[in-house]
Amino acid sequence: MDNFIKGETGDWEVVIGIEVHAQIISNSKLFSSASTKFGGEHNTQVSFVDAGMPGMLPVINWVCVEQAIRTGLGLNAKINNYSIFDRKNYFYPDLPQGYQISQYQQPVVGEGSVTIDLDDNNSKTIRIERLHLEQDAGKSLHDQHPEYSYVDLNRSGVALMEIVSMPDIRSAEEAQSYIKKLRSIMRYLGTCDGNMEEGSLRADINVSVRKPGQELGTRCEIKNVNSIKFIGQAIDFEARRQIELLEESKDIKQETRLFDPKKGETRSMRSKEEAHDYRYFPDPDLLPLSFSEDVIDEIRSKLPELPDDKKERFQREYSLSAYDANILVSEIETALFFEEVAKGRDPKIAANWITGEFFAAMNKLGFGISDSPISIDNFSKLIKLIEESIISTRIAKDVFEMMLEKDEDPEKIVEREGMKQVSDTGELEKIIDAIITENPDQVEAVKLKPKLMGWFVGQVMKETNGKANPKLVNELLNDKLS
Amino acid sequence: MTDFSHLSIHETITCLKRKDFSVSELIDFHVSSMENGRELNAFITETADIAREKAIDSDNRYLKGEENLLDGIPIGIKDMFCTKGIKTTASSKMLENFIPPYESTVTQNLWNDGAILLGKLNNDEFAMGSSNETSFYGEVKNPWKNSKGNFTVPGGSSGGSAASVAAGIGLASLGTDTGGSIRQPASFTGTVGLKPTYGRCSRWGIIAFASSLDQAGPITRNVKDSALILNSICSHDPKDSTSSYKEIPDFVNATDRSIKGMKIGIPKEYEADGISEDISSFIEKGKEWLIDSGAEIVDISLPHIKYALPCYYIIAPAEASSNLARYDGVKYTHRADAENIIEMYEETRAQGFGNEVKRRIMIGTYVLSSGYYDAYYLKAQKVRSMISQDFKEAFSKVDAIYGPSTPSTAFEIGDKNKDPLEMYLNDAFTVPVNLAGLPAVSVPVGLDKGNLPIGMQLIGNSFDEESILSIASCIEKSAKFDLTPEKWWING
Repeated sequence: MDNFIKGETGDWEVVIGIEVHAQIISNSKLFSSASTKFGGEHNTQVSFVDAGMPGMLPVINWVCVEQAIRTGLGLNAKINNYSIFDRKNYFYPDLPQGYQISQYQQPVVGEGSVTIDLDDNNSKTIRIERLHLEQDAGKSLHDQHPEYSYVDLNRSGVALMEIVSMPDIRSAEEAQSYIKKLRSIMRYLGTCDGNMEEGSLRADINVSVRKPGQELGTRCEIKNVNSIKFIGQAIDFEARRQIELLEESKDIKQETRLFDPKKGETRSMRSKEEAHDYRYFPDPDLLPLSFSEDVIDEIRSKLPELPDDKKERFQREYSLSAYDANILVSEIETALFFEEVAKGRDPKIAANWITGEFFAAMNKLGFGISDSPISIDNFSKLIKLIEESIISTRIAKDVFEMMLEKDEDPEKIVEREGMKQVSDTGELEKIIDAIITENPDQVEAVKLKPKLMGWFVGQVMKETNGKANPKLVNELLNDKLS
Repeated sequence: MTDFSHLSIHETITCLKRKDFSVSELIDFHVSSMENGRELNAFITETADIAREKAIDSDNRYLKGEENLLDGIPIGIKDMFCTKGIKTTASSKMLENFIPPYESTVTQNLWNDGAILLGKLNNDEFAMGSSNETSFYGEVKNPWKNSKGNFTVPGGSSGGSAASVAAGIGLASLGTDTGGSIRQPASFTGTVGLKPTYGRCSRWGIIAFASSLDQAGPITRNVKDSALILNSICSHDPKDSTSSYKEIPDFVNATDRSIKGMKIGIPKEYEADGISEDISSFIEKGKEWLIDSGAEIVDISLPHIKYALPCYYIIAPAEASSNLARYDGVKYTHRADAENIIEMYEETRAQGFGNEVKRRIMIGTYVLSSGYYDAYYLKAQKVRSMISQDFKEAFSKVDAIYGPSTPSTAFEIGDKNKDPLEMYLNDAFTVPVNLAGLPAVSVPVGLDKGNLPIGMQLIGNSFDEESILSIASCIEKSAKFDLTPEKWWING
């Protein structure tokens, strides 16, 4: 499917490449033993190395290297068992060493790919160019003093993975889907929590436009976009801006731009001419990063089942639709929750309830799966009650509401509230006979118009407070009225 | 007061064990030598009070028979080593008020062995220089005046380290050697200066100049003392990724080893122009001494070392330009008053750094710039590996290489500091060793016509400090250099 944007002069294609900065899950920083915990008091998680003190030296934290390898494997990428750390030199107050340790020409992970799911149930492969390790900088605080800026170095030296995509993305939606998928994979792997609000996942987006089939246009880079929503807005705005310029026969200037979420627009930050010369060179304080194939194999052997495989298995094992399977695997917590709830139950009923009532309720409450007020056990019992026709779907919704209020055993609720489905033929016959006797006109009418049977079903449900087994009611009514 | 300055570390320890004198007496003597030697300007910070306190602890250990390897030995430390709670300046205005909250690994190793800090020694600013004239704290005077009676430089960058030991102040000192900064001043002052193999000593806590070349080492009055200090300062340090896991042999033992049957190479490139006659004569003399001791002389060639100087003066400044970026006024350094951050950076660095440091930062920034990187930095790296290869081939034939430490002896203060290129030429024989990461030692062999010490250099294979210590010891015995400078500074 083409995602062309209509302009005055015809269709335009937008071409997008994304650089993601993903904070690695690790207890300590990339080159120091200081803590990486989010939200600490300013400058309480800073080692001498992170502060750029004289004579201090970086020492690689192998946990971070393993996380990068793990992520690389999750992206079906080539792992380079020899890579180099380089210094990227520039002056900035929150960069205490005066350089950032990064990887330039020889990254730890090479080419890979991510499959993204599109709305129409199709999928598309986005190629990954590379993944490299680097340090985060500190943070400048401009709101602490009327004349001075302060610097918080808690984040200084925290390990990041920069994941660079090829320019394979063709719309804002694809870009959003790509970020979501990448985040999902990293959460499955436990390598990045993907929390965009806390800054543990940030994206730089390269956008250009062209007439379909033509050469790539001049690109602009939108720096540090920090939510999925803003990514969509930034791309839409930027693509429109570029199309308008080109249609007015103006040139696009290659530059770095910033997205302003308040105005929903991008604006120029610095031009290509103003770009830094980072003077990259190999960091002489660090040896090349090298490890054996065994290290890679060891990590590979411990990889969890990833979203694509899980989706495929859910479809196969539980006979779920691609759509349902996709929704269930997109977050690892959801997938785990589903599998626990569905254990020994009808997986389709479990899937419907989780993606339906449950998701709706959680959204309304603003909760994540891990905050679920309903325990897995009780949820599973609810599915059992439905599956065994002990309660009807309608009653199940009431029970579910009650469980949201208080995590209680649904069997007890049903028992206490007398919500059991009436499947006693004798009892139902009595009720039906009474209705038939009291409504002779309707009885006549249904003989001419069988559709009116629904009215009788409604009456039975009314009499039984919705507890009558609908299947049984239909059978009995059919016997008596036709 | 008894004069202890003629004693070696070995002899001093023997005396302390015999209770001939106490550590406190020893320290008092060296403190007064230090105070009487202020004319030399070798020390930036004197730590007499701390030394006297430590002496009491040390004496107690001797009383209990619990003394360590270097217990009570007063040692001066180049001001490039971070010393916890004691001002560490790198001889720069930039770090004029910097007091490190940590102790460098190598100095900590010395203190763990009972050695006592006498004070922090002057050096060229950020170890950039070959004459100790670039220090913010002023030039250091070589204890050796020339025959005209004029002041000479002690060499650099470890000028204070060499001058103090030559003047009998402290029994040893630590220096750092990036392109000859231990060996050249040792050679100018008639002392023994050893640069270990890259990775032998931890760089943690040493203010970095050029990380791929920097290495700590001792300056002493004899070869055996050098070995002893080396044994103390070496260690594998998990805090330095480039620190070696290699086992550390008994270096002192190596100084007593015979050199019979050893093959010693003399590079034909060393017979080049520009070496003074006096120094060349010691190439010949050295050959005789070595042959007399049973070694075999082998002619070798190091065809690429002629490119070592330009190669070094690209790589070292490149690394320095990045290493010194942290001195930006934001943190612990000097800070200039300014209206905005850019102005603050510019003014801070303009005021905080001296000319030589600025020159090297500019060279380094230039050679790493996009468009120039390949032509300079990358090419220099290629040349560096060719030089390493030259040495590798040489060491397939020989156990060590013998030659001069410097092309000339000490020059007069102010003689060469107008022309940086002429100054850089001083490093011609020392720089290739750093580029190849090899160990080398400069050992004094005699005086030249100008009454100034001459040092000869022994270069060893990677992690083979033992061979060069054995040979240096042999040269030392043959040369019988036991002269000390006249103590003009005491009444000066």
